[in-house]
Amino acid sequence: MSLTLLNAAVAVFIAICFVGLNAAYLVWCERKGAGFYQRRPGPMENGPWGLLQPPIDGVKLMTKQLLIPGGVDKAIFMVAPVLAMFPALISFVTIPFSKNIVAHPINVGVLMIFAFAALGGMSLLVAGWGSRNKYAMISSVRAVSQTVAYEIPMLITTITIVLVSGSLNLSEIAASQLGGFWKWNIWGFQEAVGYNILMPISFLIIFVCAVAETNRAPFDLGEAESELVAGFHTEYSSMGFGLFFMGEYANIVIGACLVTILFLGGWSSPVPLGFFPFTDHVGWFLLKIYMIIFVFIWIRWTFPRTTIYGLLNLSWKYLIPISLFNLLLTAALLKVF
Amino acid sequence: MNKPIELQPDETFVLNVGPQHPATHGVLRVKMTMDGEYIYDAETVLGYIHRMHEKMAENRTYPQYMPNMGRLDYLSAMAFNHGYALVVERACEIEVPERAEYIRVITVELNRISSHLVWLGAFVLDLGGFTPLMYCFDDREQILDLLESVTGSRLTYCYFRFGGIYNDIDDDFIVGTQAFIKRMRKELKMYAKLVTGNVILRRRLEGHGMIDRDMCLRYGATGPVARGSGINYDVRKNEPYSIYPEIDFDVPVYDGCDSMARYLVRMDEIEQSLRIIEQSLEKLPEGEVNPKKKPKIIKPPAGDYYAAVETARGNFGIRLVSDGSKTPYRLKLRSPTYSNMHIFDEACRGMLIADALAFMGSLDLVIPEMDR
Amino acid sequence: MGGYFTDLLTGTKSLIDGMWITLKEFPRKPVTLNYPHESVKMYKRFRGHIELIKNEEGTSNCIVCGMCERACPSSCISLAGKKPEGSKKKVLTSYILDFTTCSLCGSCVESCNFDALQFSNEYNLASTRREDFVFDLLKRLEAQE
Repeated sequence: MSLTLLNAAVAVFIAICFVGLNAAYLVWCERKGAGFYQRRPGPMENGPWGLLQPPIDGVKLMTKQLLIPGGVDKAIFMVAPVLAMFPALISFVTIPFSKNIVAHPINVGVLMIFAFAALGGMSLLVAGWGSRNKYAMISSVRAVSQTVAYEIPMLITTITIVLVSGSLNLSEIAASQLGGFWKWNIWGFQEAVGYNILMPISFLIIFVCAVAETNRAPFDLGEAESELVAGFHTEYSSMGFGLFFMGEYANIVIGACLVTILFLGGWSSPVPLGFFPFTDHVGWFLLKIYMIIFVFIWIRWTFPRTTIYGLLNLSWKYLIPISLFNLLLTAALLKVF
Repeated sequence: MNKPIELQPDETFVLNVGPQHPATHGVLRVKMTMDGEYIYDAETVLGYIHRMHEKMAENRTYPQYMPNMGRLDYLSAMAFNHGYALVVERACEIEVPERAEYIRVITVELNRISSHLVWLGAFVLDLGGFTPLMYCFDDREQILDLLESVTGSRLTYCYFRFGGIYNDIDDDFIVGTQAFIKRMRKELKMYAKLVTGNVILRRRLEGHGMIDRDMCLRYGATGPVARGSGINYDVRKNEPYSIYPEIDFDVPVYDGCDSMARYLVRMDEIEQSLRIIEQSLEKLPEGEVNPKKKPKIIKPPAGDYYAAVETARGNFGIRLVSDGSKTPYRLKLRSPTYSNMHIFDEACRGMLIADALAFMGSLDLVIPEMDR
Repeated sequence: MGGYFTDLLTGTKSLIDGMWITLKEFPRKPVTLNYPHESVKMYKRFRGHIELIKNEEGTSNCIVCGMCERACPSSCISLAGKKPEGSKKKVLTSYILDFTTCSLCGSCVESCNFDALQFSNEYNLASTRREDFVFDLLKRLEAQE
């Protein structure tokens, strides 16, 4: 595919639309899901089943005053929300939705996603630092140590997959798992992963890391509302807050995409029926990511929050050793088989 | 457990938690001197919702003061009304009919359960779990409906009268209460799995928020806070009032001294309250609910009177000094949270802020009762 | 190092237990009411603001004894009456309830020996103006059916 300027523009436009729509309607899904888990119906007033709630919320956020507290570092304060949203948008460029639907396949797509995910941690730091608020400061310090702690097991687990598929290109990783659900990397008992029966555990690790990376409950220490009021976005109002919010949901979608591509076979359909028109269709990809997001929501509305030491303990004591062990095991097994 | 760290007093900053803060459940302000995320020192500031309830008593007749008691602790208003009714009945030597006593115990215990349910929900909310709050409120709703059907109000019941109660309960209430007991037992099992068993919650509570027996005694802590530190003290057993001596129930005591112990005490108390209600409903005698002989105007003879009741948060003592007139000369309220709260200042030193706020939640503070 | 794996297993199991419980709640019907569109029926004993009871003659039983006024802890009731010529009983001329200070304790209804007061079932009172809560109960009595 040759990348002309028009192509790029259209791709970016589609990515923005996809992210924006997702962010808006994931908020609705989250609220609706929370309602169902809590014996109540969730938003009901605006439109049927509250479906008009997200655009109305958007209008509300946009028409509100953007308040800049006195004494803050204005440039840093303003740049933080953009930093939160921007990397999430860019990461979408490289994500393959199906064999043909990908804005720009990059050879090192995995690395690019991780690079931009690290930038997301930076935005939290900048927001906390620039807000001139003690709660925001504490929260941003927490968020950064959390990001660092969880990027390590996530990367190690990803390297395991890279070893298995022999490529850093997300399209190729997904394509290597085509041909039925038993070919997906989540299953250990297949030749492609060297009969490594620890693969499901790897999947769990990367799933937990994805939850932690996106700052979601039970790892939402950055915005622990009962401790730090609203964490790093305490001082943000209007679209500043809106961008943080959208960024968070965009990150969730990226996390879900990554887990799907690495472990659940991307757009691969569970049963390879060659004659069936929807075999290996983009619909399967979307279905998978929304299932994962459903689990994200489910987890959020079930568990209490961990503390910062609980979170770091989990990462350094459990996730990192296990993922390292799994990496070595996979490498050895791949050599054997 | 975490090792205590050396805190640097010269590298601290002051974090002002409250009076408007999601974790303080009201207008409590805590000035925390922090070293990073560790608390070096904390100072609680009270008085943001002080309404001079004690002074108001001196300007009102005895029956007129009854509604005020529900405004102290809005979560267990019934028990506070009970305390006030008790002290005036002792002063005027009014006999309470047996049926009224039983109904009082049933409603007070129902109210205790509803208070513990709010605590459970709010506590887990403090820890970041939102959903149990909604389940707790759903269960509490059943209690409020029951109490509303007999008292006419959902929060500030004002159901007790000197010598009796406002009006009798009906069969619907009894049937409804029995159904509720059944439902609550089932829900308790659910909470045990969803909340008590949860590893995240246990990690946050076990071994955190330690207050030893000695500290409880020094500060005069009562209720679940003291019982979580191994002090077997419950006004219902130690200074029995009403019909509690005739009822078979246990006082849950845990030796853990940590937040988990206090949590478990409250969860067990819900079960014990269910037992009390069950027995009271079985034994409920027929008869009048208000005494036949009752002075028209309440004028206790001059003297000094005291009564204490066990509210959901501990010992509520009420001292009445009467000069023989229509209004009290002095009414001193000893409310449980006020004493329980002050443990916080000392105990939270060296804690992480997240643990300290979980600890504060486990004390079950109701600010209007503290400030009065 | 002891209990490293048992910790991991029991911990994971407790998390799965919790998730199973919330999942079971997911398809259940909500227990809430869609408030402005539906509303609860109040119980017979519900203590709303007070109102005068209409007797068979279409007037109030009140004889202006002032018991309710004296019983009120927040002194939010003020009433007045006069004796019409040739009559022994006083007749109510005005009964003002200042609902802004009322604490809904019900002392007034209890103190009334003439069956003249009752609780209203009205509970969703809302207004932006303070004056809307100063009720003239006599006027409300006339408006009653």
